[in-house]
Amino acid sequence: MKIAVCIKQVPDTANVKLDPETHTLKREGVESIVNPFDLFALEAALRIREQAGGEIVAITMGPPQAEAVIKEAIGYGVDEGLLLSDRAFAGADTWATTAALAKAIEGLGGVDLVVCGKQAVDGDTAQVGPGIAQRLGLPHVAFVKGFREIENRRLVVERQMDDGFDVVEMPLPGLITVVREVGEPRPPSLKGKMRAKKYAIPMKDAAQLGLEAGQVGLAGSFTQVVKVFAPSHGGERHRLEGPPEQTGAQVIDALVDNQVIMLGS
Amino acid sequence: MDYFFTEEQEMIRDLCRQIAEERIKPVRAELDEKEQFPHEIIKALAQADLFQIIIPEEYGGLGGGCLENCIAVEELSKACCGVSTSYAASFLGAYPILLFGSEAQKEKYLPLIGSGEQLCAFALTESASGSDAGSIATEAKKDGDSYVLNGSKQWITNGGEAGVYTVIAITDRSKGARGATAFIVEAGDPGFSVGKKEIKLGIRASATAELIFKDCRIPADRVLGKQGLGFVVAMRTLDKSRPGVGAQAVGLAQGALDEAAAFARVRKQFGKPIITFQAVAHMLADMAIETEAARALVYATARYIDSGAKDFSKVSAIAKVFPTDMAMRTATNAVQVLGGHGYMRDYPVEKMMRDAKILQIYEGTNQIQRNVIGQELNKEYGRGK
Repeated sequence: MKIAVCIKQVPDTANVKLDPETHTLKREGVESIVNPFDLFALEAALRIREQAGGEIVAITMGPPQAEAVIKEAIGYGVDEGLLLSDRAFAGADTWATTAALAKAIEGLGGVDLVVCGKQAVDGDTAQVGPGIAQRLGLPHVAFVKGFREIENRRLVVERQMDDGFDVVEMPLPGLITVVREVGEPRPPSLKGKMRAKKYAIPMKDAAQLGLEAGQVGLAGSFTQVVKVFAPSHGGERHRLEGPPEQTGAQVIDALVDNQVIMLGS
Repeated sequence: MDYFFTEEQEMIRDLCRQIAEERIKPVRAELDEKEQFPHEIIKALAQADLFQIIIPEEYGGLGGGCLENCIAVEELSKACCGVSTSYAASFLGAYPILLFGSEAQKEKYLPLIGSGEQLCAFALTESASGSDAGSIATEAKKDGDSYVLNGSKQWITNGGEAGVYTVIAITDRSKGARGATAFIVEAGDPGFSVGKKEIKLGIRASATAELIFKDCRIPADRVLGKQGLGFVVAMRTLDKSRPGVGAQAVGLAQGALDEAAAFARVRKQFGKPIITFQAVAHMLADMAIETEAARALVYATARYIDSGAKDFSKVSAIAKVFPTDMAMRTATNAVQVLGGHGYMRDYPVEKMMRDAKILQIYEGTNQIQRNVIGQELNKEYGRGK
C-alpha cells in the first residue's frame, strides 16, 4: 500500500506566548515541532504499513526550515519525504494549502491512502484533510480512532463521535484524519535517525507542482487572517465559596437553570 | 560534563532519555508494585533499534560496543533499574553468541535478538552454585548428534520471557574448570521449562525465574565455542558485561540525586529550603561527586574495552564495584534527604534504594569482584620479582 502522510510544522504551543500589544504569536525563541496530531497520523501509517506492507511518503508545506519535520518523520521510519516550499505559498489559507498538497499527492502517483492528523494545533481548522480529499475526489473519514480491517482496496475504521464511535467501511484510494486514540506514537528508531541525518529531502515549488501563482498562498486564498486578538471576558460572574460538595452542587444547579446542560430523566 | 560522545552516541543517549521520560517514568511505580514485566516498554525499545546496539552490522545491528551499551543502560536506569535489567540481561545472554558463536549460530540468533523479537538470557547461577561457579550441578551428556541437559538454574533474569538462553552445564566433571560447556537453549526445546518466578526486594519489573532441564535434548550444534570452554565463555561474557552494571549504578545514582536535589530546593524547614542547610548540601555534594567519578570510571573502562584491550578483568571489576557500592550509598542518602517523604512509596527514591541493592550482588558479588582485583594485583606486583 502506498501511503502519503501530511504533516505540519507548528510552534510548540505548550510554550508559546502572545504579544500583549498585537495579540499575535511571539515566534522568536519558540521551538517548532511536528503538529502533535500529525504524529498520530505517522503512527497510524506505520501500523498500516506493518500490516499491509508498502511505503510511506511524508509531505509538508512550509518554509525551508520545515525540512526538520520531514527529517523527524524519516526518524520514525517513513520511507520518503517531500517538502513543498515556495515564497508564493506564504499566507495560504486551508483552500490554498489543499491546492498544493493535493497536487503533490497526485504527483506521487498511485497513492492508496492519505493520512492526516485531525487538525493542526496552530490554526485548529481541521479543514485541510477533508479539503485534500475533496480536491482529489477521494472518499474520506475524519476522526479515525482505530482500524478494524486493513486491506489493499478497502479499510474498515472506527470514527470517533461525541457519543461513541461509528464503524465505517471505505474503499481505497481514500483519505482519513486521525485522533489521539489511534495509538501512541512510537519512539523514533536509531536507524531511522541515522538515515534522517543523511537524507536529502526532495523539494517542489509551485511551478513544479503545476500551479499558477494565483492558485497558491495569499493570492489563492478565499480567507485572510486580518487580526488576531484575545477575546474579552464579558458577562456576569459569580463566585461560589464553601466546601466542594456544596459548591459542586451549586455549579450543577446553575448550569441546569441556565440550560447549559440537561439532566437525564 | 562533556564526555565527547560521537553523534551516534548522543543519539543513543537522547533516544533512551526520551523513552525513559515518556514511557518508563509514568509507569515505573505501577510495574514495581505489581511486579509486572514491562512488555510495552521492551517493544518500544525494540522499535527504537536499541536491542541492535551491540549487534554487529553484518547481522543487521548497529555495531556499537561496550560504551554504547553503557550509555543506553545508564539512561534507562535513571528511570527504572527493573526495566534496564531486563534490557541489559538480553545483551548478557547475547554476549556468549557474539564472542564464541559459530557463523551459523550468529546468523540464526543475532538478528532475532537485535530486532527485539526475542529476548535473551544468561544462565550460570544455581541454587547451590553462586560465587563458586565451579560447583554447578547441571549436566549435559552427549548422546549421538545431541546433548541431553539435566538440572536447574536459579534466579535467571528474563527467565520465562526470553526466547534464547545461553546455559552453562557440566560435560565432564573430572576435568574441573575445563569440564563445563556453554549451550544455546531455545524456549520451545523439549524437556526445558521455566519454574517459579521469584518475588524480589527490588528490580521488581524484571522477571527472575528458575530454569528446569529434564532430559532436555538439544542438537549438538548448539554448543558455543567447543566442549570444555564453558567457564571461559562465562568469564569473558561477564568481563564484557560488568561495566554495564556499573552504568546501571551511575544511572540509578543520578536519578536519586536528581530527586533529592529537586526536593531539597522546595522543601522548607525553619523558613528556608533545606538545600541551604550545610548538612543537606554536603550530602547532595557527596552524591554528585561520587556519581560523576563513577560515570567517568565506567566510560573510561568501556572505551578501554572497546579499544580492543585483551586483558580487562581487573578494570571491568573495578568499574562494577565502585559504581554499585556508590549507588547503594547514594540511593540511601537520597531517601535520607527526603526524610519521611523518601520512605513513602509516593516518591521514587525508596524504590531506587531497593533496586540499588541487587547491583552489588548480581553478575558477581562485589566481594568476588574484589577477589578478582586482588588476584590481579598479586599477579601484577609479583611480576619481575
